[in-house]
Amino acid sequence: MTITRPTRVTGGVGTSSRRPDGTPKVRGEFAFSSDLSAEGMLWGATVRSPHARARIDRIDIAAALAIPGVRAVLTIDDVPGRRLFGLEHPDQPVLAEGETRFWGEPVAVVAADDRETARRAADAVVVDYTELEPFTDPTAAEDRGETFRVFDITHGDATGTVVVEGYYETGMQDQAPLGTESGLAIPDGEGGVDLHISTQWLHADHEQVVASLGLEPHQVRLHMAGIGGAFGAREDLSLQLHLCLLALHTGRPVKMVYDRTESFVGPVHRHPARMWYRHEAEPDGTLRRVEAKIILDGGAYASTSSAVLANAAYFSVGPYRCDAVRVHAVAARTNNPPCGAMRGFGAVQSCFGYESQMDRLAEALGMDPVELRLKNALAPGDRLPTSGQRIEGSLPVREVIETLRAMPLPVDETSGDPRRLPGGTGNTTPRSAVVRGVGFAVGIKNLAFSEGFDDYAEVRASLGPDGLTLHTAAAEVGQGLVTVLEQIGRSATGVENVRVVWDTTAQIGSAGSSSASRQSQMSGGAALVACEAVLAEALRRGAGDRLDDAGVWRGEELVTSLADLTADRPIEHLERFRHPQTHPPDENGRGDVHAGYAVAAHRAVVDVDPELGLIRVVHIDTAQDVGKALNPQAVIGQIEGGIMQGVGLAVMEEMILRDGQVVNASFTDYLLPTFADAPTVEAVLIEDPDHWGPYGAKGVGEPPTISSTPAIVAAIRAATGLALTRAPVRAEDIASQWPGAAKQ
Amino acid sequence: MIHLTVNGDAHSAEPGPAESLLSMLRNRLGLAGSKDACEQGECGSCSVILDGELVCSCLVLAADTEGSEIHTVEGIADGDDLNRVQEALVAEGGVQCGFCTPGFVVAATHLLDTNPDPSDDDIREALAGNICRCTGYGGIMRALTALREGS
Repeated sequence: MTITRPTRVTGGVGTSSRRPDGTPKVRGEFAFSSDLSAEGMLWGATVRSPHARARIDRIDIAAALAIPGVRAVLTIDDVPGRRLFGLEHPDQPVLAEGETRFWGEPVAVVAADDRETARRAADAVVVDYTELEPFTDPTAAEDRGETFRVFDITHGDATGTVVVEGYYETGMQDQAPLGTESGLAIPDGEGGVDLHISTQWLHADHEQVVASLGLEPHQVRLHMAGIGGAFGAREDLSLQLHLCLLALHTGRPVKMVYDRTESFVGPVHRHPARMWYRHEAEPDGTLRRVEAKIILDGGAYASTSSAVLANAAYFSVGPYRCDAVRVHAVAARTNNPPCGAMRGFGAVQSCFGYESQMDRLAEALGMDPVELRLKNALAPGDRLPTSGQRIEGSLPVREVIETLRAMPLPVDETSGDPRRLPGGTGNTTPRSAVVRGVGFAVGIKNLAFSEGFDDYAEVRASLGPDGLTLHTAAAEVGQGLVTVLEQIGRSATGVENVRVVWDTTAQIGSAGSSSASRQSQMSGGAALVACEAVLAEALRRGAGDRLDDAGVWRGEELVTSLADLTADRPIEHLERFRHPQTHPPDENGRGDVHAGYAVAAHRAVVDVDPELGLIRVVHIDTAQDVGKALNPQAVIGQIEGGIMQGVGLAVMEEMILRDGQVVNASFTDYLLPTFADAPTVEAVLIEDPDHWGPYGAKGVGEPPTISSTPAIVAAIRAATGLALTRAPVRAEDIASQWPGAAKQ
Repeated sequence: MIHLTVNGDAHSAEPGPAESLLSMLRNRLGLAGSKDACEQGECGSCSVILDGELVCSCLVLAADTEGSEIHTVEGIADGDDLNRVQEALVAEGGVQCGFCTPGFVVAATHLLDTNPDPSDDDIREALAGNICRCTGYGGIMRALTALREGS
């Protein structure tokens, strides 16, 4: 059931209302967490392990403490509460204890009068290590039983006569938000602390910080600070506890800002994946059986590996019908950097596998690959082949595919301008050396949290003399939630002057994480219900039938002004919103585990210089299932931005490890798509209202990142004829296989 | 002691021997609009105009700016009125998290000052030194194409 209310107000739902933080951001006045300061503030810095795995024999802090201006050097022995933290399973030491388990693991933290002194002090901490052999192979880790979760899905006995098998890999991608991890902790003088932090989930941070500080919840207050992007990297703790420990120890405010290298090492990454697939179909293309073995490298600590793994497994078949499924999915524990949430959260990896397989199957069948996808497309009322859950709400797989197929392809380029050629202004490639390819892919993902998690979001709506205020703890990571909440407030009440205020953990309950494409639905859902309650109470108090910024109206008569209406007290409603309940899977991996889904399809056009292995992603068309576009401009922004992260995973972004050590932890060595790498994008929004989001809206942040990568790699295959099975595609993957390449 | 002009105001500061202009702006002159995202001149978040040239302030030694004239993002707007690049970026969805935005505002203003009618390829090339992780550059492109001469 969707709730739609006629929009009378300006800037309501469905308009591209301007984001309220846009002006301070373009003026350079918006305060990010790295811009905060306080009187008497110290700077913190982190001592990190130079080994992927080592025994800590001794930590000597004397030399560091002797440096003038150094105020504290802390180790695990200075942690007063729980020594471990973790979003799902607390298994990661606040600071390394006895052994380091990944390269860059925090071993000690220091505070000093300025940033440079803090960095020098960190260098001066003496740690004696005995290096140990790191375990870096996730397949071997499974053999040793070193896993965070093993998840099997077993259903059906059907088989097919046309069989294709494949092995695929995806690399370790970094979220690389432009704002590095940063925050400011201020002791309250009474044993407690206020932490100003950029995070995706204020209350999950709070719970973990309280546990490790050994304080009462009310003694620790977390304040949302300006967030410079997130993409999953801010779902786990990084420096939160270190800041609080240093502030409480020194009795002074402490600020930390990670440098870019630390930002590549401190937070989690996207799990690299190894995937074996077997698809079986009838000669007419009907998909009968999918077998998959998926190994995700979780790295040294659990983070969200078990939930990422579940997603990879549940979406291992894609948005297709299938009678029989055998999935064996493993999140392995190694001494590689810990992996966790990144946009797409497990669905990205398996989409690269199943969409590569669908193309391979189409070829074996002699069938058009788009027709094969249409033939097997899931629809509402079907059951997801993995979980067996019946699909409620909207799921326009067929519409998404058909809409995309009908979009016109860009004309072939003839320009010899190097800026339009692979290799760019490096001027490596003449137009005559270029081959073009087109690739198609479809992806699916769950919306909000799954498998029985008690998923909720709180919003408090408050109507006062100056208008409506929406209180929340939800992270505005750049996606535009702040705009959408304002728009919902306007459409739901009729009041145009709406303001979003971020409350601390002491003032409001959790909004849940700004992740899993959930916040527009969850905090948006809470805002809608809260606003409707406020409206009802306003109309009751005023005995009217309509509300706006002037007050309550009855017909054409203004009955009472907002000021009079709220003179005694504001009209308030606190709403805790939950989506339809989900459940854990049974022993066969089956059950009603999801609250809803979104699908998208991407068609990529690429130009390749195969001799040099250079790629230019020229253009991406997409059709995306959005339920209802609450703010079309913001939806397009999510689509274009999400696609660019898919471009990154397809052709350039990978953290490269050598014996567990990251060798490219900088923007010089880990390449992100620049303006020059950016394809043009055309997007069509499919608005088929869902069953529980406000106004029928679905989350939109993740689908653009899921099927864009396999579409691009399919296009590169089409251009070159090479069986590329790994993302990102590296220059050598093409050039070394291209006919005429020098034999090694 | 270094003496320089920032956004038309005279400033003096005593930076450390290895300190960057970015650090001096942010930590000594109270101008935190320029952002620190890579300290390697790769991302453009710290873009400023130094004596008429667009530079990454993280790569400029503060001690070398004696007598220089610097324009930062804080000096772009005319009081309460946004300049046209700022206005277009907000209007066209060129701003999401906003961390790269100050750098884009400075670099794009400089682009239009030096080339009032850039082609799409000119825009891409001129701004290829500014990384945005949120928008995919679409909203930024729409903002700038709307500002071209004759559009």
